Amino acid sequence: MASTTFPATLAVTRRSPARTIALFYKEAKYELLKNVRIPVYAVSTVAFPLMFYVLFGIVLGSGNPANRNEGAVYMLATMGCFGVMAVSLFGFGVGLAIERGQGWLQVKRASPMPIAAYFFAKLFSAVVFSTVIMLLLLAVGTAFGGVRLPLATAARLVGILVAGSIPFSSMGLAIGYFAKPNSAPAVVNLVYLPMAFCSGLWIPLFMLPHGLRVFANVLPPFHMSQLALNVVGMGMAPASTWRHVEGLLSFTLVCLGLAAWGYWRDEGKLYG
Amino acid sequence: MSTALAEMPRSIPAFRLACVAKCRNLKKTYGKVVALRDLDLQIHAGELLALLGPNGAGKTTLVRMLLGLARPDSGSVSVLGSDPHLGHVQTRVGAMLQVGRVPETLKVREHIDLFSSYYPAPLPIAETLKIAGLEDIKERPYGELSGGQKQRVLFGIALCGNPDLLFLDEPTVGLDVEARRLMWAQIRTLIGRGKTVLLTTHYLNEADALADRILVLDKGSIVAEGTSAEIKARAMGKQVRCTSRLSLEEVRQIPGVLGVKADRNAFELQVNAAEPVVRELLQRDSWLGDLEVTNAGLEEAFLALTQNHNTDASKGKN
Repeated sequence: MASTTFPATLAVTRRSPARTIALFYKEAKYELLKNVRIPVYAVSTVAFPLMFYVLFGIVLGSGNPANRNEGAVYMLATMGCFGVMAVSLFGFGVGLAIERGQGWLQVKRASPMPIAAYFFAKLFSAVVFSTVIMLLLLAVGTAFGGVRLPLATAARLVGILVAGSIPFSSMGLAIGYFAKPNSAPAVVNLVYLPMAFCSGLWIPLFMLPHGLRVFANVLPPFHMSQLALNVVGMGMAPASTWRHVEGLLSFTLVCLGLAAWGYWRDEGKLYG
Repeated sequence: MSTALAEMPRSIPAFRLACVAKCRNLKKTYGKVVALRDLDLQIHAGELLALLGPNGAGKTTLVRMLLGLARPDSGSVSVLGSDPHLGHVQTRVGAMLQVGRVPETLKVREHIDLFSSYYPAPLPIAETLKIAGLEDIKERPYGELSGGQKQRVLFGIALCGNPDLLFLDEPTVGLDVEARRLMWAQIRTLIGRGKTVLLTTHYLNEADALADRILVLDKGSIVAEGTSAEIKARAMGKQVRCTSRLSLEEVRQIPGVLGVKADRNAFELQVNAAEPVVRELLQRDSWLGDLEVTNAGLEEAFLALTQNHNTDASKGKN
């Protein structure tokens, strides 16, 4: 009996490279589809930055015709940063916390899915959503806010902010490994809203108290938004790209370290 | 790990078929709770083995170990001749686990498509959908499915990779009778295809209906093993119910009485063969009345097995 059942599949226990590529593609595609179809996710991550941009960047700035588009350009960079942050933290952080806490990740871990495909898919989804948000903000700003950016500048702005998915996804990853599924959305909201404000995403830092300006140096959205603002010539003096890259890099490493700790703690409980 | 063959568990019969998974001396504790104690288990090629036990018996812990999702405190697990968490084992194993929440916005076909992509030689998606009974609902989002349909999707996920060995952890939990029957038919289809299946359940009729062999698990130990007929026979053949002037202790003394408990003003006796016991009862108590002899169902057998195991904890009552 055994001889009739086993040899048929015995030979094929390894995926071909083509199948591995197809696997990563499908994992990414379905992660994206899954998120696009969740109204709460799609609306809160895309609509909120857009709404804030219209209210604070365009409507508020329109009272002062002299430098009307200054606010619109500034907020394009900062609300873009805000949007990228939300996408990464909700998609990666809350998504992972839920799938991990409610057993779905375990179903996947019982299958031969490489864990790298799972993380890649979540990052991919964050990148796509971030790009959509940036393009929408750019379109609204250009159409209604008098924003006139040269194509190359606009491309650099979008590129830099979309790359911001990496540090914020790392942060999401860390949150996802430590937050419980039910509390993860609250944790993310409690972390990212105050952090966004204190980083000068709504009100430029020079208008905020001195203490906050110093504090901003440890906040990743501050560094991210400064990199974006440098592109449009509105960064804080002295404009320094390296300082902000350094800040983001250290932040990313700290988050990845925490996430790795969480991952091994999980694996230790599960497999170790 | 060079344990001598002499240490092999005495309860496991000589096996005719190849062994596809083996656990030896498994121990696992969670804090103060002992999930598994010195558990030995073998799964033979082509059989459907049911792991039967009440909640908290250690069934899920055992399945998680066989899947490489949990590691024992001590003892060894080998699946298809290797460590179960290795990739080349995982590609030949399918699992249906109890899961709190499955992504609800993906459609049935999409879930199957994705999981199929994880395996080197999966079944065609159409075939998986057919075996799991998902053809009519393949375009429906998971979140809109009924309980039975959701279980069938998880079943499809378990079998889509065309594995040799399947672990089904409580596949029919929470299902109504009709959905359960449908799931049974699908599990039988798998066996018909030559798969080896380990199924956990706390439904006795489920083990009875499906399994070639049943292991009864209680408090982390195997308390009985055999075909369902053997389990029934070994546990309790008949149940005798009667009212009597004898004391509980006197009834317990009668040869052939395996267990007795007072139920309102009557006694319920578990016996292998009713006749000698009834004869003895009538001899000792001429007032004996309301005599009833019934076949012990699998349910009683199971209760008796797991209660006997509780080392006379209930003796103190009455």
